[in-house]
Amino acid sequence: MYAQMVKTDGKGIKPREEMTPEEQRFQDRIDAGEKIEPKEWMPEAYRQNLIRQIGQHAHSEIVGQLPEGNWITRAPTLERKAILLAKVQDEAGHGLYLYCAAETLGVSRDELTEALLSGKMKYSSIFNYPTLNWADIGAVGWLVDGAAIMNQVPLQRTSFGPYSRAMIRICKEESFHQRQGYDIMMKMARGTPEQREMAQDALDRYWYPSLMMFGPSDKDSVHSAQSMAWKIKINTNDELRQKFVDQTVPQAKYLGLTIPDPELKWNEEKGGHDFSEPDWSEFYAVLKGNGPCNRDRLEARQNAWEDGRWFRDGLVAHAKKADARRAAARVAAE
Amino acid sequence: MPSLPDVMTPDAEALAKAAGNGARAPLAAGTLAHDLFTGLTRLGDNALILGHRVSEWCGHAPVLEEDIALANVALDLIGQTQLWLGLAGEVEGRGRSADNLAFLRDAWHFSNILLVERPNRDFGHTLMRQFLFDAWHQPMLKALEDSNDARIAEIAAKAGKEVAYHLERSADLVIRLGDGTEESHARMQDALERLWPWTGEAFVADDIDLRLAEAGLMPAPESLRPVWDATLTEVLSEATLTTPDSTFAHTGGKQGRHTEDMGHILSSMQWLQRAYPGATW
Repeated sequence: MYAQMVKTDGKGIKPREEMTPEEQRFQDRIDAGEKIEPKEWMPEAYRQNLIRQIGQHAHSEIVGQLPEGNWITRAPTLERKAILLAKVQDEAGHGLYLYCAAETLGVSRDELTEALLSGKMKYSSIFNYPTLNWADIGAVGWLVDGAAIMNQVPLQRTSFGPYSRAMIRICKEESFHQRQGYDIMMKMARGTPEQREMAQDALDRYWYPSLMMFGPSDKDSVHSAQSMAWKIKINTNDELRQKFVDQTVPQAKYLGLTIPDPELKWNEEKGGHDFSEPDWSEFYAVLKGNGPCNRDRLEARQNAWEDGRWFRDGLVAHAKKADARRAAARVAAE
Repeated sequence: MPSLPDVMTPDAEALAKAAGNGARAPLAAGTLAHDLFTGLTRLGDNALILGHRVSEWCGHAPVLEEDIALANVALDLIGQTQLWLGLAGEVEGRGRSADNLAFLRDAWHFSNILLVERPNRDFGHTLMRQFLFDAWHQPMLKALEDSNDARIAEIAAKAGKEVAYHLERSADLVIRLGDGTEESHARMQDALERLWPWTGEAFVADDIDLRLAEAGLMPAPESLRPVWDATLTEVLSEATLTTPDSTFAHTGGKQGRHTEDMGHILSSMQWLQRAYPGATW
């Protein structure tokens, strides 16, 4: 899962004539489609932007365990339970690769974790929405992972090597999750009247938050240009959102569910759907901390970290003792 | 005013038939099929209830690697549940699937040992419960590989590979935390003492166990004790933990008498299946 709302430093794109020779060479490599590797020279702002973007993505995977984990103990069959467990485990695994990719830029996982827990770094706002019925687990896979894939597929071509490689692996797993989510939706949409009601309710609640996942409209997003020049970001927010809507509309129709947008219609001329914008005031409110679950999600992570301190300290203490014992044994043997 | 229809059905057999509406008649107690069904649900229920408990940690573990490892253990246990309960349903021969057994029995028909339903409490408690269980589960599966029933032997061989890893991991963490900081040591010692009275049940045989052992289908419970004792002696001593000096054991889980926690586990686990009978998911 990924959040598009990533800010660059806000100074806009640097013109070539203002670049140092080093910066020019760096930009040339990017333009030529070369991958930048961790030990190579890079502008400090490029490094900082990547740390922010990869870190935010990693945090999203970690926080994203919570709304889905909410249903593991209540999953309706053993198979659904196993699939959901495997999925949430994948999300944790994605978090792990992404933190590792960020570490190659010189920031530790602990530093990033502290930044998440203190509220300095963000995670995707979608996880500040609750999972209220079982069909939400389907909708999260279908829509939220679907939107995430839309964001992430282009990032497989991103300029920073470790990030690009992590994304290739993550995308494979995410597309599997999306299919599983859709499978739940099919069962629900073709099930009993109550199951259908759950499916429609899940779509009603997750539609606009999913559209928000692509970030504000390009005309309002002043920070994208530099990220695009650096190929940290490949497509604009609006391009991806359009693609997502066009892909999802027939899928909803196949399910026999109604997308909660009376303005939604095919536009022959543009070869895509016209659709209503999400309520951006809600988006900014959730980003500021006023989503239904912001406080609970962060608190759950803070508690996990604080309650686990003794555990982590115990392991470190044991490792030190074991080292000391090995050293003593070596001395004794000599 | 018309007279009310007669709601009394005088004939006991007709009443039973009307009430049950063709429902399952239980296997007769004391038959080998009933014994085997019970033995298999004991295995399946242990895996299901422990898997449920472990999965409660999802997203809340002290470190990311532990979130991944716990999900892995829970996933293995749920997979084993499908196999054991699937076979139990087959042996019963009344058309109940693994899901029917997991989601539509009430607490008194569950036959897991009480240890696995104990609450998670802190992470040390969860790990200690896992270790005490794994140290029994691993030799149990090893012995089941020699079952006269090839279906049991096959499941045991598959599950045994997974559980060998569970034991390696839980034993390693018990050692590291027991011999870690003063606090981690104290927490692990406390967990060991609290959980101790719930460990003995696994080794107490009832008539069903004895008959299953006699038939060469499952090992006699007490035959697993020496291996369990040896594992505990080795691991707990390396962990600098003290084995509690008590032989008291709470029992009853295997016969369907559970702790108060069990009803709460089932009310969340079974809720959707119970609220929407007949739906497919």
